[in-house]
Amino acid sequence: MSSAEAKADRSPYLAHHFESIEQQEESCTLGMWLFLAQEVMFFGGLFMAYAVYRYMYPDAWLEGSGALSIKIGGINTVVLLVSSFSMAMGVYYCQIGNSKNLFRALLVTLFLGFVFVAIKLKFEYFPKFAEGLFPGDGWGPHGHYADLASFGDQGALQIFFFLYFVMTGMHAFHMLIGFVILVVLMVMTKQNKFGPQRFMPILFFGLYWHFVDIVWVFIFPMFYLVT
Amino acid sequence: MANDVVQGPDFPERDYARPEVNYLNWKQTVSSWLLSQDHKRIGIMYLVSISIFFVVGGLFAIMFRLELLTPEGDLLQADTYNKFFTLHGVVMIFFFLIPSIPAVLGNFLIPLMIGAKDVAFPKLNLASWYIFMVGGTIGVIIILVGGVDTGWTFYTPLSTSYSNTHVFLAAMLVFITGFSSILTGLNFLVTIHKMRAPGMTWFRLPLFIWAHYATSVIQVLGTPVVAITVFLVGVERIWGVGIFDPALGGDPVLFQHMFWFYSHPAVYIMILPGMGVISEVIACFSRNRVFGYEFVAFSSVAIAIIGFLVWGHHMYVSGQAMYSNLVFSLLTMLVAVPSAIKMFNWTSTLYRGNVVWETPMIYAIGFIGLFAIGGGTGLFLGATGMDVPLHDTYFVVSHFHYVMVGGMVMAYLAGIHFYWPKITGKMYSQPIAKLCAVLVFVGFNCTFFPQFLVGWLGMPRRYHSYHPDFQVLNVMSTLGASILGIGFVIPVFYLGWSLFYGKDAGSNPWGARGLEWEVCTSPPDPHNFHEIPVVTKEAYAYTGEETLSV
Ligand SMILES: [Cu+2]
Repeated sequence: MSSAEAKADRSPYLAHHFESIEQQEESCTLGMWLFLAQEVMFFGGLFMAYAVYRYMYPDAWLEGSGALSIKIGGINTVVLLVSSFSMAMGVYYCQIGNSKNLFRALLVTLFLGFVFVAIKLKFEYFPKFAEGLFPGDGWGPHGHYADLASFGDQGALQIFFFLYFVMTGMHAFHMLIGFVILVVLMVMTKQNKFGPQRFMPILFFGLYWHFVDIVWVFIFPMFYLVT
Repeated sequence: MANDVVQGPDFPERDYARPEVNYLNWKQTVSSWLLSQDHKRIGIMYLVSISIFFVVGGLFAIMFRLELLTPEGDLLQADTYNKFFTLHGVVMIFFFLIPSIPAVLGNFLIPLMIGAKDVAFPKLNLASWYIFMVGGTIGVIIILVGGVDTGWTFYTPLSTSYSNTHVFLAAMLVFITGFSSILTGLNFLVTIHKMRAPGMTWFRLPLFIWAHYATSVIQVLGTPVVAITVFLVGVERIWGVGIFDPALGGDPVLFQHMFWFYSHPAVYIMILPGMGVISEVIACFSRNRVFGYEFVAFSSVAIAIIGFLVWGHHMYVSGQAMYSNLVFSLLTMLVAVPSAIKMFNWTSTLYRGNVVWETPMIYAIGFIGLFAIGGGTGLFLGATGMDVPLHDTYFVVSHFHYVMVGGMVMAYLAGIHFYWPKITGKMYSQPIAKLCAVLVFVGFNCTFFPQFLVGWLGMPRRYHSYHPDFQVLNVMSTLGASILGIGFVIPVFYLGWSLFYGKDAGSNPWGARGLEWEVCTSPPDPHNFHEIPVVTKEAYAYTGEETLSV
């Protein structure tokens, strides 16, 4: 085969160093899963620290968990799971070539992500900052959380809230990264960059988004449902 | 023996002339380098940057070796000394040892060896270098604004509560540089899985590739854990409290667990690629297939797996439970087995081989001797009883320098000398290089063998002054370090000289086997291969008849 023919055969989406579309797709898929494995180990360090301290300070865990609102946490869990559904629909619409609905699905996903973060800030982080539940110099539960002030081991309680803020914060940070990528993907969708021939970026972002959801699915019972 | 299992060469044995257009000269602008997605150019960029970091790390070592000439703390104050050994460790580990062979030689060679046009994700590869350089910039900032003094281990609560130096910046440095390492490992894993040429089966891969595969697994699975650990240290610095803070009931030993969960496997990130280079060099200069190829290949994987289960041997005296100590000690003995298998197989490769004493081979033989000592003393320290008196003495310092410098730096130099004609297309002066290899070997032993003795006698590490009885051995060590330093500087000159005045090396000056030697020109084409080669034979198909043209 002459090189001109070979060039004509190549899909425009095939990068120069790959031999075939299959090779490219398999490589990207493996790369994405390895990235997620890396993420699992990254969060794994936090989950390990959580396990150690929950084992050491069960009473503080009970006390701290009692101060978290199952209602707010539960609503946010539902919001995130629905956003995962809309993301999955986005992948579906991309694969059948419906760019319009793909855009809508991404928009809904982004919107639900915003709702999650907004609820988190307004009803969870801000009241805790204001009423002395942030570990460090400002520690001193009062107002709604006045009950916690009488708990004997304030140190262990601070460790609980340290982990609460770091783990939910790291989760929220991953969502913020997701927002940026979502906006980029939406712009690219408007430019008709995706379709049945080229859906891997949408699929991979979907994997990322589901991973972030799953982290929350673990965080929710670990902090809100301690009994 | 080797001749029975291996078919003859399929690629015509011929010497390709230096190509007019090659990856070094086909584009000449600065941006064609800084924005290059070519794995070979990125490898060169790493070579230049880690060489600079090596000099920086070495300067710190010169300073504290000079301080240790006398028992009194006369040259450096105690806190300056603490900063210097910390910066020496941080720079050498994160900016030289970890990226050394993978990021330079791995980047350059993996696609060539497996018959690919590039790594799987060229853009990500370039991004890794930039992330690495961001980390390096933070390192420079730390040095300029006053350093950090916790030791490269950042033990809590010293790092979180007591140190007044730039621990937060150092935590950022480890965090960011870590992601460069993770992404390089990810790239290599995908490349090795998906980019192999037709016929390049797993058991036809050069052992260099197996070693990098195992290394990459550790990079991808281990590094994120140290990233989150130093992240927690950084948060604790800012918030003033944290989970490692004993004042709250936090557990500083938990930090040690999380730190060593990465940092012991990181030792294998620093040595496995070196073992890969040694397999290539020993095979080539013995004119022999590596004895027990499968065993050497799987021992790399075994080291990566078992290496994840031995971290507790750093914590025998940290208040870890006695039964944990026992288990970690046993597992540590176990991880020595695959390393020993490699050692035996390399020496067996020499047996009945046609040994040729070229420069890379001298380094490789040096590696075998020094790694035997470094690894063997590791077993001393892995035994719980023996570790108690030796812990935190110079015995430990000497042990890991035998592995890291006697092992990895020797292997790195072996690799650089072996692949230099491939990378640059030029040959350096053999007599000078051989002499220099011997100088490095002698200087290294003069530096570190006295440290075994002085550690055995009880001299603790990390102090700027010491008991006068230890002076003779310390003076010997400093003198040795001067020889070693000279041995490290000379290659810069003769390798630099070869770039301008060296004779063309030809495509296969060593008579080596492998796609990178038999199919690629020196220096290689920008796209490596005009046509992807089809592989039909084993690795290391040496017949003993290969000719040397140096
Ligand atoms: Cu170790």
